Amino acid sequence: MLSCYRVLDLTDDKGYFCGKTLGDLGADVIKVEPPGGDPGRKRGPFYHDIPDPEKSLYWFAFNTSKRGITLDIEKAEGRQLFKELVKTADVVLESFSPGYMDKLGLGYPALREVNEGVIMTAITPFGQEGPYKDFKGPDIVASALGGTLYTVGDPDRPPLTATYPHAYTICSMHAVVGTLIALFHRSVIGRGQYIDASAQIALHFTGSAEIEGSWEFHGITQQRHGRKRFAIRIKDDKNAFTPILWSCKDGNIGLNIQLGPSGEKGNTALVEWMKSEGHDIGRLGQWGFKTMDWSVLESQEESDEIHDVLQSFFLKFTKEELFKKSAEIGLKMGISLTPKDMMTFPQLVDRGFFTEVDYPELGTTLTHPGSPTRFSDGAHGIKRRAPLIGEHNIEVYQELGLPVEELAVLKERGVI
Amino acid sequence: MERKKPFEDIHIINLAWSGVGNFIVKWFAQYGAMTIRVESANRSDPMRSAQPYAPTYTPGEPPGLERAFYYSQGHPFREYGLALDFNKPKAIELFKKLVTWADVVVETFAPGRMEKWGLAYEDLKKIKPDIIMLSSSGYGQTGPISKLAAFGFQLSAVSGMYEIAGWPDRPSMPVGSFYTDVLSPMAGAVALAVALDYRRRTGKGQHIDHCHTEAAINFIAPLILDYAANQRLLKTNGNKLPYAAPHGVYPCKGDDRWVAIAVFTDEEWDSFCRVIGSPDWTRDSRFATLGDRVKNSDELDTLVNEWTVQFTAEQVMERMQAAGVAAGLVADGKDLSEDPQLDHYGYFQERDHPYIGRHRHYHPSAFTMSEAAAEVTAPVLLGEHTEYVATEILGLSDEEFVQLIQEGVFE
Repeated sequence: MLSCYRVLDLTDDKGYFCGKTLGDLGADVIKVEPPGGDPGRKRGPFYHDIPDPEKSLYWFAFNTSKRGITLDIEKAEGRQLFKELVKTADVVLESFSPGYMDKLGLGYPALREVNEGVIMTAITPFGQEGPYKDFKGPDIVASALGGTLYTVGDPDRPPLTATYPHAYTICSMHAVVGTLIALFHRSVIGRGQYIDASAQIALHFTGSAEIEGSWEFHGITQQRHGRKRFAIRIKDDKNAFTPILWSCKDGNIGLNIQLGPSGEKGNTALVEWMKSEGHDIGRLGQWGFKTMDWSVLESQEESDEIHDVLQSFFLKFTKEELFKKSAEIGLKMGISLTPKDMMTFPQLVDRGFFTEVDYPELGTTLTHPGSPTRFSDGAHGIKRRAPLIGEHNIEVYQELGLPVEELAVLKERGVI
Repeated sequence: MERKKPFEDIHIINLAWSGVGNFIVKWFAQYGAMTIRVESANRSDPMRSAQPYAPTYTPGEPPGLERAFYYSQGHPFREYGLALDFNKPKAIELFKKLVTWADVVVETFAPGRMEKWGLAYEDLKKIKPDIIMLSSSGYGQTGPISKLAAFGFQLSAVSGMYEIAGWPDRPSMPVGSFYTDVLSPMAGAVALAVALDYRRRTGKGQHIDHCHTEAAINFIAPLILDYAANQRLLKTNGNKLPYAAPHGVYPCKGDDRWVAIAVFTDEEWDSFCRVIGSPDWTRDSRFATLGDRVKNSDELDTLVNEWTVQFTAEQVMERMQAAGVAAGLVADGKDLSEDPQLDHYGYFQERDHPYIGRHRHYHPSAFTMSEAAAEVTAPVLLGEHTEYVATEILGLSDEEFVQLIQEGVFE
């Protein structure tokens, strides 16, 4: 769908997902790595746990559908070559520290001079300006200042970040949105522009719905309550918190009990089911789900008592049993899937979501997540595996008109 | 000269309920698209009744509707509000007429619902051949459970997002409440922008199937590959990383105040030690190399705790960052509202709201554009511009308009 566009991708692991998304949508994305390979190739996990820059699964995951070249943009000849590439490009993606590209003479003003139509998108922890612009912002720090960290975890322990760091994948997706708006804008105004994407703001967007409402309207800071993330209004307008994630026999299920008309059918059926299994339903037996709201509860402890009854019931079943039954009785429940579960989850299998990608060098194929959106017209989806180091040097530089002999010279000088 | 906005000539009909669809439309409306939000008073967006509410309502009025924070937060963009009751055949006819005006229709009903109204993509295409329709749903438009009702709470579980955080000795922890609602909109907006550009070049419209679950799973692609290649599932491990130490969240002076610190390289470790005054233990062989520090991270964390607790989170952050060590205060709602960096980007913008009063709205874009500014406005009220849309855009005469009001079409 985007095959008429060329993207130069200078990002490190903060921005891979941005170029991948454009590449999977058809754009000719050229990943530009320093000679020897991108530092992000050292990020694990690795294929068969062999630490090798050609076996990083993180690299594989977020660099599909790209071509790969090496180029040292810190050398004068490399910079010149990069500018030649920019003349052929629609988009340049980068995730260096603010000011780095300017210092090399490759900032947006310089690139605009060689190609007025070029769109430059920068992905950084805090943006190109402001008091934090030079702050280091690895995942956990960006999450801290973006507000998502404070609300996660148990009250008796420190705030908790994800074991799988993914703040920059979120920022990258915001950056793609900005890049595509700019691309469309170019058809209106006839020139490119500069996009300054901030992980802090991306994360703020991620958490703000929960955090800002209570702060803006009631001056309450949203705190962490473990799995009890759903706020309910109990007696005297006090807040209590109910779980959104529950343990069962073999894992977890996602569920938040909603009272009132929308939850009535499912809640009633759930209680009937508990009774039929001989489970002691305690106070739930006296509940009229249609009319009742949480204000009948006087304290968090009372809420916990009700929810403990449910929790002990769920522990008797597997997540699949609970999910199946819930769908039957109209209770809104989500089964908590691991990557292993997903690969056989009927909905995803039926839709052909997962994509097998060929890795000839490894003599195997690997399962990747497929497209997040399907289009009724226009090709999309993973085109090929992530590039090897310098895999497309000859191809790309020849397209640029560079004779093979010159490539050899550049290689000798460490430019490519 | 007035700059033209990116989507200035684009017309959108917004039928989206709840978060995701509206978060998608937001980018287009804020960057210039003219958007008509169609909803019905008989069956309004559930976000209009979700707490918290602004504390401005008077007894007897519906407490939510125009005062619900989630609705307000999700719609800080210019829209025209049209009330239409789709249970009335004449409303469907009017809607079809509106489709001839539109470039894009965004809908988030259960798959099959639009079809029942005679408003499936194939139907709309007959009315407007190059229409772009974006259907956004939890499980996608096809498949055995496509029609199963689900909100972000449930879909976050299905997309694996509830298995990626936790302490090693406790069950996993949700990293957000309706996480897919904030992870998946970007893919929807990307698809819509791509479809608009494709139409500009080829003249072809299309139908987009945006699946929240599938969009969210893309964020954990490395975990999928780790299972595919190594049959490994992630083991949650608190705040630790295998390639950094100290790496965690440490207590500071004050009530529930914390700072996040992350030390990756030897150089950063040296700077970290200098900032904390190079106590003897920093030269301990247990912490000599990154490997040692990772291996002995429990003891290291205890020692770091003893230092951080003497200072405010702001002090630790400033001192560490000045020395080139990554550190950030763990911001709560109040901290965020006063954050100088967010403020620098004009993140919080105050707007008047007829029911809520003046309050801050939230810039949705995690990016700024050098040639376009996002326009932030208070959310549209239900049916706020019904008369304008009916008479000016649909071209109804005053008599026809009054007649249809009496028939309850605009409810």
